[in-house]
This record gives sequence, C-alpha cells and structure tokens, in this order.
Amino acid sequence: MSVRHALLALLSEGPKYGLRLRQEFESRTGEVWPLNVGQVYLTLQRLERDQLIESDGEESDGPQKRFRITAAGAEELAAWLRTPPDMTTPPRDELVMKVLVAMRVPGVDVAELLQVHRKHIVELMQRYTNIKAEASVGDVSLALVADAELFRLEGVVRWLDAADARLRQLPDSGAAENGAAAPPLRRLSRVEAWK
Amino acid sequence: MTAAVELRNVWKTYGSGPSEVEALRAIDLSVDGGKLVAVMGPSGSGKSTLLTIAGTLEEPTSGEVLVDGSPLSGLSRNDRARLRRRSIGYVFQDFNLLPGLTAAENVGLPLELDGVGLKTARKQAMAVLDELGLADRAGSYPDDLSGGERQRVAIARAIVGDRRLLLADEPTGALDSVNGEAVMRLLRTATKRGVGAVLVTHDAQLAAWADTIVFLRDGRIVDKTATPPGPESLLIPGVNR
Repeated sequence: MSVRHALLALLSEGPKYGLRLRQEFESRTGEVWPLNVGQVYLTLQRLERDQLIESDGEESDGPQKRFRITAAGAEELAAWLRTPPDMTTPPRDELVMKVLVAMRVPGVDVAELLQVHRKHIVELMQRYTNIKAEASVGDVSLALVADAELFRLEGVVRWLDAADARLRQLPDSGAAENGAAAPPLRRLSRVEAWK
Repeated sequence: MTAAVELRNVWKTYGSGPSEVEALRAIDLSVDGGKLVAVMGPSGSGKSTLLTIAGTLEEPTSGEVLVDGSPLSGLSRNDRARLRRRSIGYVFQDFNLLPGLTAAENVGLPLELDGVGLKTARKQAMAVLDELGLADRAGSYPDDLSGGERQRVAIARAIVGDRRLLLADEPTGALDSVNGEAVMRLLRTATKRGVGAVLVTHDAQLAAWADTIVFLRDGRIVDKTATPPGPESLLIPGVNR
C-alpha cells in the first residue's frame, strides 16, 4: 500500500490537517492496515519536500499543520492510479518453496503438510469473513479490503488443493526416492531463476 | 444442549467385495443449534454422502445419527419421514422452487405438506420471509426473481416453522460472488435463529462463513478449525504480518 498516494488522494478532496489525514487514512483502508503516527507525518514531510503538497507554512510539524495538494501532486496521483502494479515477476512464494522442499525430505507426509497450511489459511479467511459480516453495510472500503485478502487467500487454498490432487496422481504417492525425485529439483531451480 | 444433528461413528459402504467403496469412515460430528458447520473436501471425499446421511435421506452402514436428540435407528419409517419433513430443511444448488407458486407459497409448502392449515402455513411463511428481509418478494414467482433471490427464498423455505437443522449442498453454485455472499449472510442469519446448519462446499470463501470448518478426505474427518478469534486480532499491527 502506498501511503504516499493514499495521502495525496485524501488531499485531492480539499485541504486537511495532519491529524484528520491520519484518521481518514485509517477509516478508508478499513483499519486493516494500521499505520503509526510517525509514518503519516514523515510521509507528509517528504511530499512537501517534493512539492507534491504544500502547507500553511510556519506552524510546527504535526497534527495542527494544514496541507493541500499541488498541481504536480494531482498529476502524480493521476499517473499512479493508472500505473499497473508489478505483477509480471512471480514473487518468491514461501509456501511453494516449503512444499517443493517437503517433497524431497524423507519421511514428510506432504498431504498432511498441505493440510496444516490449508487449515491455517482457512482460519485466517474466517477472521476476514467475520470482519465483513460484522461491518456495517455501508462500509464499502472495509468490504473491499477484506475481499482482496479473501480472494488472495482463496487462491492459496486452491493452489494447495491442486497440489494435493497432483501429488495423489503420482504413481507412488509417498516421497519419491532416487530418480523419481529429480523433477522437483529441476522445478526448484527454475523457481530460483525467477528472482 | 441438544445438538441439532449428531453423527456417532458413522460408516457408509457402497457395493461389496472388490468393488466395495468406503464413502464414510468413523465420522463423529455434532452440530449445535445456532451454529454453522462447513464440510470441506475434494470431489469424492464423501461430502455429499455425509449430508444425505445427516439429512436422513440415506442410512449409514453402521453408527448412529441423532436429529435433535432422537436416534434415528429407534424410529419407524413413518416417524423418520415425519422428522425429515418437520425438522430438516434442505438447500441445493438449483433452488428447486416450484415455478407455479409465489415465493410465499413455496416457503409455506413444506408446512402444508405436513398437514398445517393453509392460513397458518402462509402466516409462518410470511414471518420467515420478513425475518430474512424478503417480505417484498413474497408475491413474486420464481421466474421474476434473480438467482440470488431464488436461493434466499429457498433458504427461507428450509427454515420455515420449527425446523432445527438446515443442510446445504454448494448453495451458491452458479451465483456470482456478491450474490453468493448475500446467500451466505442469510444462511448465517438463519442459523442465528437457533437452527443448526451443515454446509458442504469445496469453496474456501463460502466455508469461511462457518463457525467451524471440518476437513474431509477419503471419507474421514482429518482436521477441523479452531474457534476463530475475533476480527480485532487482525487489527493489531504485527500479529499477522
């Protein structure tokens, strides 16, 4: 989450005091991404330094200072909104690594390991769902944030399910020995090459 | 407290000899009134068999099923049928509403079939539609309702009267995620009235609406979720990330 651009977005509605910016940031992101006070003021300082926002002037930094967006700031915000986030490079996925490694470790029940992770993720999904269930109907921001997490986590569960199904189709569903273990190793090195 | 449904060491075997399939193995599951339990598992894991046995539509090969505290094995065929009609509601993927009846008539139908007078049946149907926020749809025919609305009416029908147990098999099947969510919200509201509900699904987003999620694999319960901590736990910095 770009705190910088979120603050620019809040200021695009009109001039605001530092304290109000912090409160609005928290309520708009559904309070799911907590932010410390220092982070907000530090970001505001940098935005001012880069002339993307300006303040009323002499008063001390902090909650009492009032900020407004500059023309350059508005341009920066418009450009950022349309810039696609970097999704082309696959991230190094810790869970994928763990499963690939587990396939090579003798004595590890990979299906059981997949279930350990599946359960953990589904429990996390229950918590995000509870946030949605208990939020007021009008709180769209909160629902959107919770949805984003739920879709991401659902993707992980589906990957675990697919991994489970693939492993079951192996001729010997246990940890393969010797020659049979070679393919995972090759795949592992390809994943390493993604970085 | 009496569980809405309880399965004790339930086994279900189909076929015999070399073609024998153990669809369910040593299932112990108890669902209290007011609770929604989701059963997750891959295709062929025994989810639907578990649901039909919990719903008394099929008998276990061994083990005991209790609905609202009554062991089914002690009931005659007729008593079992009556229990099924009066205590259990079903929600399937394809709604199964009768097209020639209005929403209210569809909801009241199980009561009428059970011998409840037309007036009382209609009154109870209206009460549950009202409770689920569907009162304005009472006079609509299924063809005039959206897929999401039809499924919500089907949920109302499943909990009308004194039903204690609601069984749902992939209830949001063909719905988009927003309509699917509305159905799950309603299922949750319905459960809060005191009905015990079992939801069978392979979809983690749906299952996440449940109080407890049970994982089924090869006919066996292999795992279940712990009671989730409150949502506030996600708001504390550093706990999850």
